[in-house]
Amino acid sequence: MAEQPTATERFVQGILPENPVYRQLLGLCPALAVTSSMQAAVTMAGAVLFVLLCANVVTSLIRDLLKPHLRIVIFTLTIATFVTIADRFLAAYLYQMSKTLGPYIPLIIVNCLIICRCEVCASKQSPLTAAADAVGQSLGYGLALASIAGVREILGTGMFFGLRVLPPSWPDWAVMVLPPGAFISLGLLLGGVNWYSQRNAKKN
Amino acid sequence: MAQQAAISQKPDPDDAQGPSLHVAPSPHIHDRAFTTHRMMVDVVLALTPAVAMAVYLFRWSALIHITLCVGVCLLSELIFTRMRGRKATLNDLSAVVTGLILALSMPATAPWYAAVIASAAAIGLGKIIFGGLGMNIFNPAMVGRAFVMISFAGVMGAGAYESASGMVDVISQATPMNALKQSGTFAMVPNLFLGLTNGSIGETSALACLLGGIYLCIRRTASWEIPAAMIATVLLIAGAADIVGHFGGRLVLQHLLGGALFFGAFFIATDPVSSPLSSRGKLIFGAGSGALVMLLRMFSGYPEGVMFAVLLMNAVTPLINRWTIPRTMGEGF
Repeated sequence: MAEQPTATERFVQGILPENPVYRQLLGLCPALAVTSSMQAAVTMAGAVLFVLLCANVVTSLIRDLLKPHLRIVIFTLTIATFVTIADRFLAAYLYQMSKTLGPYIPLIIVNCLIICRCEVCASKQSPLTAAADAVGQSLGYGLALASIAGVREILGTGMFFGLRVLPPSWPDWAVMVLPPGAFISLGLLLGGVNWYSQRNAKKN
Repeated sequence: MAQQAAISQKPDPDDAQGPSLHVAPSPHIHDRAFTTHRMMVDVVLALTPAVAMAVYLFRWSALIHITLCVGVCLLSELIFTRMRGRKATLNDLSAVVTGLILALSMPATAPWYAAVIASAAAIGLGKIIFGGLGMNIFNPAMVGRAFVMISFAGVMGAGAYESASGMVDVISQATPMNALKQSGTFAMVPNLFLGLTNGSIGETSALACLLGGIYLCIRRTASWEIPAAMIATVLLIAGAADIVGHFGGRLVLQHLLGGALFFGAFFIATDPVSSPLSSRGKLIFGAGSGALVMLLRMFSGYPEGVMFAVLLMNAVTPLINRWTIPRTMGEGF
């Protein structure tokens, strides 16, 4: 079996080199659906961090008990447990945000990013490495959501985190807050990231 | 006709290496005069009556919009093709045509930044991102227009048309289509035909669009099937609505001449890149656009539907193309 990456490597890789959205193209539904404002994007990233961290650690603890043909079921059940906790928590303490995010918190259960991390890292490595991996990947995911939401919120409403950053005379590009704006922003940012990394690769 | 133009603009390998065996799928008729450049010059010529009418009606606002849109379209073409590492193709005039059609489809009261953003979106999001001329799925000018129409609904929507300062008094009134939608009032038919009404800069005069459109069809730069099918479908559906509502022909004329139908049918829907290839496909495309125009006009919140109708039909063009592949002779069903 090939050498597995260490905890530090897992942590660093998740943020930029293997960014979930820009590199692995995972978890794109929420990246499109909840990025119309920074607040929603950050809450989503927080929920993903909680679920991924808990699911990774639990999966890693029981990794010796996993049977190959049953592992996906076990992953899904583990994830669903923590997603339910996150969902109920948001509904209890951040009711408005929970309304805004709608079905996208329960849908974290089927977010392929989390099942991918359970499969790739947690089911094979120690709880510490799995936790580092979860935090790194979640940070990368949060960074990606924030970058999309930042572009959309600033252009679409002239605000950032609900605070006005552009002059009031700024004409709001309403289309950027609407669904087409999500596809346009994600596509252009993805293109930008590819362009940047290709340019760097050429230099080295 | 149009697809040949796209082929013939590529550099001919024969010129560089002397005679060689030229293998290509049909059509094999090769007309060197029929280039993209010539088609675009034709479109510009055909748009002259509409532009003249626009400048006559809306004066400075028309001139400013046309200059801004054409200028920014050319600039965006230059910048975005550079970013893709391609050779800029400004002299095929396609960006000029996009800018001109976009300007003519804008309200006279639209703010300057709307024209600039629409032009950049038209060329950037509508054209270059798909690979440039000949590759775009949607009509670039309508992509740009939709982008700003949705973004700046407050200053671009139906209500915003009403404060333009033109030379003719009627310009300060609601557009004929909006008046029909909101209060059921009909405009004078001769005014609708000549274009002495409010509306998007270049769409008001059915006569000017008809003149240019017929020229395009005779030159075969635009295929006659699309405008014919589109206008016939609108005539049919509006006619039925007219008979059902006992309007005595007024409703039909309003729908035919009042909005952007003639402008859209001759100049927007006929874009050779984003419309079907076969003549049966073009008839389906035109009929579908016409039906969607009437659907949007009668049942949606918008008073006019040409832009969305054409964009929606652009989206199904690949499907229409697949349905209407001409059968090889002798091949069974």
